[in-house]
Amino acid sequence: MTRRQQPTAWLMLAPVLIVVLGAIGYPLLRTLYLSFTDSRLTGLSQVPKWVGLGNYQHALSSPDFQAAAWHTAYFVLVSVGLELILGVLVALLLNQKFVGRALVRLLLIVPLALPTIVNAMMWRWIYNPEFGAFNALLTQLHLIGDYRSWLGEPGLAMNMVIVADVWKNYPIITLVVLAALQFIPKELLEAAAIDGAGAWTRFWRITWPGILAALSVAMVLRTIEAVKVFDIIYVMTRGGPADSTKTLSFLVYQEGFSFLRLGSAAAYAYLVVLVSVLLIGLYIVLLRRQERAT
Amino acid sequence: MRKWKALITLAAGASLVLGSLAQAQITLNALFMKQAAYSEDDIKAMTADFEKANPNIKVSLEFVPYEALRDKTIAANASGGYDVVLFDVIWPAEYASNGFLQDVSSRINKADVPKIFPGAWTTVTYGGKYYGLPWILDTKYLYYNTEILKKAGIAAPPKTWAELITQAEIIKKKGLVKYPIVWSWSQAEAAICDYTTLLAANGGKFFDASGQPAFQTGGGLKALEYMVDSTKRGLSNPNSKEYLEEDVRRVFSSGQAAFALNWTYMYNMAQDPKESKVVGKVGIVPAPGVPGLSTASAVNGSMGLGITAKSQNPDAAWKYITYLTSQPVQEKYAKLSLPIWKASYSNPAVTKGQEAVVKAADVGIAAMTPRPTVVRYAEISTILQKAIQNALLGKVTAKAALEDAAKQVKALK
Repeated sequence: MTRRQQPTAWLMLAPVLIVVLGAIGYPLLRTLYLSFTDSRLTGLSQVPKWVGLGNYQHALSSPDFQAAAWHTAYFVLVSVGLELILGVLVALLLNQKFVGRALVRLLLIVPLALPTIVNAMMWRWIYNPEFGAFNALLTQLHLIGDYRSWLGEPGLAMNMVIVADVWKNYPIITLVVLAALQFIPKELLEAAAIDGAGAWTRFWRITWPGILAALSVAMVLRTIEAVKVFDIIYVMTRGGPADSTKTLSFLVYQEGFSFLRLGSAAAYAYLVVLVSVLLIGLYIVLLRRQERAT
Repeated sequence: MRKWKALITLAAGASLVLGSLAQAQITLNALFMKQAAYSEDDIKAMTADFEKANPNIKVSLEFVPYEALRDKTIAANASGGYDVVLFDVIWPAEYASNGFLQDVSSRINKADVPKIFPGAWTTVTYGGKYYGLPWILDTKYLYYNTEILKKAGIAAPPKTWAELITQAEIIKKKGLVKYPIVWSWSQAEAAICDYTTLLAANGGKFFDASGQPAFQTGGGLKALEYMVDSTKRGLSNPNSKEYLEEDVRRVFSSGQAAFALNWTYMYNMAQDPKESKVVGKVGIVPAPGVPGLSTASAVNGSMGLGITAKSQNPDAAWKYITYLTSQPVQEKYAKLSLPIWKASYSNPAVTKGQEAVVKAADVGIAAMTPRPTVVRYAEISTILQKAIQNALLGKVTAKAALEDAAKQVKALK
């Protein structure tokens, strides 16, 4: 761009910039400001008091916050980990030629197309301790002797929520990996086979490097989503039993909407954002590396 | 001259048209819940009748789960959006002190005050002012499956909580059902309602006279110990700790429980063949008492209708609220929610077919105990919910759980 073109370019961009800054920048800055105050979510327009880093200090020293941070970390690690394994395996399977492949690929979209709330309601029913399909299945397979509660035990409840989340989200990974698999030349795999490379070697030496870049991007996106997890928990357990599925986003909601403490909710939210920003940084690094590779 | 006439006619015509347009322009937005008490269909039918009688007012209805009522009302306070909102008995303190609702004290018809149950009035009052009209007069009753009790050789439903345990034991021993009692002890307000019922029966108090937490001793402690103990002995359904009221209804209606604690609405739904397998076997009595302390127990679970502070049409909104809460309307739709009007309980049109409910209500309504009416109730409830769950899961004893909760509640002030 020449120097003379620059002002025109800015002029052209201005409407979009104003919209973007207004819609994203203002709420971000406003929330940041709120996080340093004791403002409350009420109709009375009291002037909020400046409390500096007080909200952040309170959050980091609160046992509820620490527990929620741990629940969130567990949710992210396990759900994204499982989605990775399942997603890649299913993608490899769907990359094989077999009868009905088109139909199975189509079915893969179904969980993705479901709204999270619907998915959560559905799994709540599946896990129902008296009438749930999950109990019926396991008792008929003689894996468990008796119907039992899945969302009523701490520890177990979180794992069952993760299963519901993985079911909905692993197809994203599968789709991305499936796309990447199309770019791996068949000749390369055939040549390797002729040279005596086994299936395992072919996977690690040819397929894995071929899908790694796309996979990393999908993983980071999934991780960012998982850090923000809220809706599935809200519907399935509301943070229970005994707070064992209370994640950071749920805590933000509780602090802001249940307890009306907008200031400290904003601080909680910013701490969650901080984690997300770190992950977005990682995402950008991975994207750059991918660009260089291609 | 003719021109003038034409102009005048035109102006008159225009003002008529415009006038009727202006009249037809009031639209009220109302927020209701889609669980317990009146069904969505009932509310739609009532509203249609109201609109027919008031052609200049249109009401647009929104139904949300109970859990979302409060969130929606609070969020709407910043942005506007609703004129009429349904609110629970535990919220007026918070709503009033934060200015979410309009003070309607001057609109209340004083002649109606003694005609409505005092328990209903506590739902809409705070600090001596009125913030709406009571609409749903509700408490939790003890439901029992008459067939199971008969098979177990039990002549009458329990009058005390200890008797409930004895009867449940007999039923369990005879193998009639696996878990005789089902409750709504999910980490939600529902658990507090059951806890309050037991606390009231045991003569407990949430706060003492000086405003300090008192639930960790006496009746409050006994209430939680009862919950924990009955679960440990396999008399209370262990899944209760993930159940809300609708789950309780399904378990009871499928015949898998001998006893259940639930709101009025379950009676007629459990007698509906489309919804239930226990039609004709549903018994209802007031929740039991504790010898020497109480003869019956009940939690005040009433709800009221109020006008939001941001409403532009408070007069139309008041008209709508007055209509919904009026005696004839309430008597017409008394199958899922009993009227707030004392006189309705002797009206055969109301009592017919649900004599048992009305009989239980006579005792239950008089025994209704409120949950704490404090501004920071939401936080206190959250703390107690967690304490109850921790005790039910056996992580800590009931005493330790409540003492810890009391410490946290104290720290709120």
